[in-house]
Amino acid sequence: MALDHQTVKNIARLARLHIDESNVERYAVELSRILDFVEQMNRVDTQDVIPLAHPQEGRLRLRDDLVTETNQRDSLQKAAPEKEAGLYLVPKVIE
Amino acid sequence: MHNKPISELANDLVAKTVSSVELTQYFLSRIEQHENLNAFITVDPEFSLAQAREADRRIQQGDKSALIGVPIAHKDIFCTKGLLTTCGSRILSNFVSPYDATVIDRLNQNGAVILGKTNMDEFAMGSSNETSYFGPVKNPWDNATVPGGSSGGSAAAVAARIAPAATGTDTGGSIRQPAAFCGVTGFKPSYGQVSRYGMVAFASSLDQGGPITRSAEDAALLLNVVAGFDARDSTSVQRQTTDFVAGLGEDVQGLRIGLPTQFFGHGLDSEVERTVREALQEYEKLGATLIDIDLPNSDLCVPCYYVLAPSEASSNLARYDGVRYGYRAPDYSNLIDMYMKTRAEGFGEEVKRRIMIGTYALSAGYYDAYYVKAQQLRRLIAQDFEQAFAQCDVIMGPTTPTTAFAIGSKTDDPIAMYLNDIYTISVNLAGLPGISIPVGLDSTGKPIGLQIIGQYFGDTHVLNAAHRFQMTTDWHQLEPPGD
Repeated sequence: MALDHQTVKNIARLARLHIDESNVERYAVELSRILDFVEQMNRVDTQDVIPLAHPQEGRLRLRDDLVTETNQRDSLQKAAPEKEAGLYLVPKVIE
Repeated sequence: MHNKPISELANDLVAKTVSSVELTQYFLSRIEQHENLNAFITVDPEFSLAQAREADRRIQQGDKSALIGVPIAHKDIFCTKGLLTTCGSRILSNFVSPYDATVIDRLNQNGAVILGKTNMDEFAMGSSNETSYFGPVKNPWDNATVPGGSSGGSAAAVAARIAPAATGTDTGGSIRQPAAFCGVTGFKPSYGQVSRYGMVAFASSLDQGGPITRSAEDAALLLNVVAGFDARDSTSVQRQTTDFVAGLGEDVQGLRIGLPTQFFGHGLDSEVERTVREALQEYEKLGATLIDIDLPNSDLCVPCYYVLAPSEASSNLARYDGVRYGYRAPDYSNLIDMYMKTRAEGFGEEVKRRIMIGTYALSAGYYDAYYVKAQQLRRLIAQDFEQAFAQCDVIMGPTTPTTAFAIGSKTDDPIAMYLNDIYTISVNLAGLPGISIPVGLDSTGKPIGLQIIGQYFGDTHVLNAAHRFQMTTDWHQLEPPGD
């Protein structure tokens, strides 16, 4: 599978990764090589095989719906790049 | 002192022939002497010595908890309250966790000392430790070669005897491959054995924490403290508590060892093969029998993994947005631009490559061709193991196709790098326990690892098989030259 430049840019947009125009070709080549490599999977017919998502499929625990965490806003927000009055600050999104 | 197993260090501490402060200081100075290895990202002597003083106080009061006062290094993927947890990435280069990972918490409760945080491939994505934002780690056996990865700092630290033991994590071989390259013992437990709470997520259905030590016995001792059910990890398995040390008592008489023909074929270095076969002869002398087995889908493990792991990673790493923690780009024009520049500047090349592959594999129109296809193959790979285990008790083979390679020799070829994990990846896909133990050196003096794979939750059998080999051989006691 050879990826074109537009596809690379679309993936980068979905992944929220800024890519310089000068790097698009390099990504196209590298990602295409990896996709060619993983497409070896097609050698095996998996028509009726049920996908395995997880080593413990279907065995996940449930717990009672109770409040178990205490409010730790201040300690959790210590690591935030910008905050004010207990809120995370981001660039303005509504004019 | 730096050659003593952790069981002996623990006994010395409880017998008060050495204090935790003395022991911690001793290893801190060894870390300083070996700074050129770049094995650690964070060392905070004040923090470690405060923990050591507390351990000494507890010992004075008669506390005999396992590992009390023993300094242990941690891969910088485990969250530690009050210390940096960077995951080898610029995007977490300023991150101080507000809580401890369960693995850390259990060791703290037992009185173990955090010796420092070890270097690693960024977000555990790599097989050479060269993707770390903090620079590559050098292999103590040959400073021109890589220590393996992603837990390269932990493996190098244990090999160089600058840490008595360390923790690591293994998503596709990240404990076993560096253990093989550095001549130490590295154990990846069954999926669900060790809590993933507070362990920075890479590929959640594959990630598993475990010990990197100088022997299987040390690994069992460390596991006794860190393993076991944790309600805070939804994939933690609820079972009876296992005493891994007590499980080391069985002989291997009659043990059926399966040798996958696919693990001894094309691409395997002849010296590695010869040395691994010599180790297998040792098992025969101990009364085990060797049986050829078939793992027909082995050659598709790497392609399967490089769809599933990047897919899970692209989802897990979506959380790094420059809003709640970590690095934020200094210049941006709006919110989306802030996300895009923060992530472009905060992540390294390999991490970005995998996020891109994963995003593509999960995107509309390609999901079935890549992600679902890989999950179907994953089932076939898991079934291959189930069928093999009808004929044998454990599976053995080389951990890696070659010994440690030169720094810089594979950084331009991602696929060549990925193929390093050709014998280790299938174990993660199936959720099985696996260990790498040192079984010899190649002609240039670089360590060679034997991998032992067990059935799901057959962790004690794997550790026991490794321990039996180490009881009658001394490869695990070999030290890197020049110290």
